Amino acid sequence: MAEKINVTLKVWRQNQGEEGEFKIYQAQDIDTEASFLEMMDIVNEGLTLSGIEPIAFEDDCREGICGCCGAVVNGKTHGSHERTTLCQLHMRKFKNNDQIVIEPFRAKPFQVLKDLIVDRSGLDAIICEGGYVDVKTGNAPEAATTPIKRALAEASMDAAQCIGCGACVAACPNGSAMLFTAAKVSQYALLPQGHPERAQRATNMVNKMDELGFGNCSNEYECAVACPKGIDVKNIARLNREFIKASLMSEK
Amino acid sequence: MKLDSKIPDGPMAEKWTNHKFNVKLVNPSNKRKHSVIVVGTGLAGASAAATMAELGYVVEAFTYSDSPRRAHSIAAQGGINAAKNYPNDGDSVFRLFHDTVKGGDFRSREANVYRLAEVSNQIIDHCVAQGIPFAREYGGYLDNRSFGGAQVSRTFYARGQTGQQLLIGAYGALSKEIKKGGVTMHVRSEVLDVVVIDGQARGIISRNLVTGELTRHVADAVVLATGGYGNVYFLSTNAMACNASAAWRAYKKGAAFANPCYTQIHPTCIPMHGEYQSKLTLMSESLRNDGRIWVPKAKGDNRPANDIPEEERDYYLERKYPSFGNLVPRDLASRNAKQVCDEGRGVGSTGNAVYLDFADAIKRLGKDVIESKYGNLFEMYERITDEDPYTTPMRIFPAVHYTMGGLWVDYNLMTSVPGLYALGEVNFSDHGANRLGASALMQGLADGYFVLPNTINDYLASAEIPKVGTDHAAFAEAEAEAQGKLDKLLAVNGSRTVDDFHRELGQLLWENCGMGRNAKALKEALEKIPQIREAFWKDVNVLGSAADLNQALEKANRVADFMEFAELMVKDALDRAESCGGHFREESQTDEGEALRNDDEFAYVAAWEFQGLENEPLLHKEELVFEEVKLSQRSYK
Repeated sequence: MAEKINVTLKVWRQNQGEEGEFKIYQAQDIDTEASFLEMMDIVNEGLTLSGIEPIAFEDDCREGICGCCGAVVNGKTHGSHERTTLCQLHMRKFKNNDQIVIEPFRAKPFQVLKDLIVDRSGLDAIICEGGYVDVKTGNAPEAATTPIKRALAEASMDAAQCIGCGACVAACPNGSAMLFTAAKVSQYALLPQGHPERAQRATNMVNKMDELGFGNCSNEYECAVACPKGIDVKNIARLNREFIKASLMSEK
Repeated sequence: MKLDSKIPDGPMAEKWTNHKFNVKLVNPSNKRKHSVIVVGTGLAGASAAATMAELGYVVEAFTYSDSPRRAHSIAAQGGINAAKNYPNDGDSVFRLFHDTVKGGDFRSREANVYRLAEVSNQIIDHCVAQGIPFAREYGGYLDNRSFGGAQVSRTFYARGQTGQQLLIGAYGALSKEIKKGGVTMHVRSEVLDVVVIDGQARGIISRNLVTGELTRHVADAVVLATGGYGNVYFLSTNAMACNASAAWRAYKKGAAFANPCYTQIHPTCIPMHGEYQSKLTLMSESLRNDGRIWVPKAKGDNRPANDIPEEERDYYLERKYPSFGNLVPRDLASRNAKQVCDEGRGVGSTGNAVYLDFADAIKRLGKDVIESKYGNLFEMYERITDEDPYTTPMRIFPAVHYTMGGLWVDYNLMTSVPGLYALGEVNFSDHGANRLGASALMQGLADGYFVLPNTINDYLASAEIPKVGTDHAAFAEAEAEAQGKLDKLLAVNGSRTVDDFHRELGQLLWENCGMGRNAKALKEALEKIPQIREAFWKDVNVLGSAADLNQALEKANRVADFMEFAELMVKDALDRAESCGGHFREESQTDEGEALRNDDEFAYVAAWEFQGLENEPLLHKEELVFEEVKLSQRSYK
């Protein structure tokens, strides 16, 4: 049942182009039914009224689907509730007088823009290299023309669930975006629609990832633990196969 | 202002085909000489930007998010309608059209709705070709499920994440065109104003949300795909930053705003739980395929749900509407939930909830089947409420979800400002006074992939569009005004936060212009809104600077527009003294408590024209003519 708790926040504060530092704030009388971000709202309201600029953090849907939110809470991306985005983490997971350390997602390609907000545009740049089927509006044949095995459609959907939050990158000791890239490559590798471009898709997306300074995968599997959508590391094996096949059978 | 809907002549089923033939075309090599600005990159915006770039237009797209993939279309859960008739249950383009007009309580424009139904099948074809992993049967063919307001199964879905998958498809198409150079993408860029020169929309003023810099962008046409205004209520199922600002700026620049009182209160949302609540979460309508809605028969029965025996439960939708049962349209489901709660039969700690129970479905189909259909929704419910819906019924209550009203557009989706278009939820055109489930995704993609790319050419090919630069005085003026407003917000230095004011406005609207509306409450709201607005400008506290990433300032700027918009919404609700769809005027109901339309007086689109803030807006009426669907009292019994 709902109760009120007090927690101490140790929050990373940083302005653009400046060094950052931790600041301590108190969050008082927090209803345990409140979400983590609602707790942050309450703290921010208090800070504002005492003349301190509110803590900048990114969020939008607060339903765990848009992929905007994310921070490292007590050392864990999105906090310690498995398969849950930060916005769906609730204060009932904390105890009275807990100290909560909140930091931005850290990775070489994720530059801090302010406080907990980082620049994740590298992920979009990877998608631009082939994270789609190149079909123009109007090209499509009747949808029922190609039956697709249900199991393949389901496996493709499992991969397609990625919300692009970047937790996998932040959790990886190497700052690799392999799980993110693998999820997208897998979605299309599993479906016939993705086959005409599969070789260049895998090659170009991996090359872009390298070019942007994302690290290499050394099979730590931290990414899969961190992923709020439960994207499986099997997808990384599939990406590796796609990549190797592409380099063996280069058509260029 | 004279409104011309430009509905093509000829039989309903041939209007769109004929129109595409009759409009002027821009030849392929001339397309690259035309530039188009697209504001918003949800389903409608991303699909429009991508498709126009494929055609060869020079496109600039803008989103306030860090990526186009964040748009709130992503949160749509249940599905997308199309008239494929794969289940062989009697569906057709005409039936989808008919259901949508009837579902909208006869307040939409027939020709637009027919076109929507007509292109619905192409959307499914295109999305499948894009590699969207729709749910399939074991034979490999596409699966369908049912949604409210229809007696056929025509909804395509990707688990409970259909909006996500469709948006990522459109985002993929957009990414493809960004890569090819057809679209210049501006992320973390919020549009603060639309620039109108000599009566034509010619550009925008955008704010870089990281640096605070204002920039000017000029084009031959401007497309708004900026979503709905549900967040005017503070609490809604919309994402936190959803706002009405671009639409409101367009209205102030001369675009008529149509039917702002048509708001959809969605019946199945997770109930409110505290003062600090920041948003409400939808539980997909698709759950009503298998979930049964009930409350205890007796008032004040606060036993746990599973302890209430079958004969003491009231499955009120099944009882009152036997032919549609739990799948009545949203407005009916919401009003009935409110009614049973008002009678004192609501459940949960606040008494403002009803049960959505899956016990029968789990018994009939097994837990595995329910999990594969709705697993992510059940998980979301569990995360928020800490209750397991597999063993305890969900508690749900209506919440503001979608807005049918929006910028007035003609058949070409052009607003009353030449060169300014509105797509998706930001326009008013297809859903009348109530939107049917799984139709928002359909409309967004219809507008973006198939309609605008076939109508914008008419304007670009025929209008006189003189060359102007961003040094034009109109740009300077709009920029100075936008900057002035930001500076003014920072200068107030008052004692209350932006959210505090927003919450106050939202509560007033929910009470006085929510699920039930009457003249007295609406008049009271009209008195109070200007007071809240005045207090806001005297006492709001926004810290920091305009030349920085400043989220409080962004929010304040949006709320300032809501403070003005709210008044128009309430005014429209007061003016429409009939009930229709989601707009329930308590003075106008049948003996059985259903919405009672007044077709003799109100079968029109109310399009409001701005006359300056201190003056009354001017009401223009577009008469609605029903040639194909007979006007009748809706019945779902």
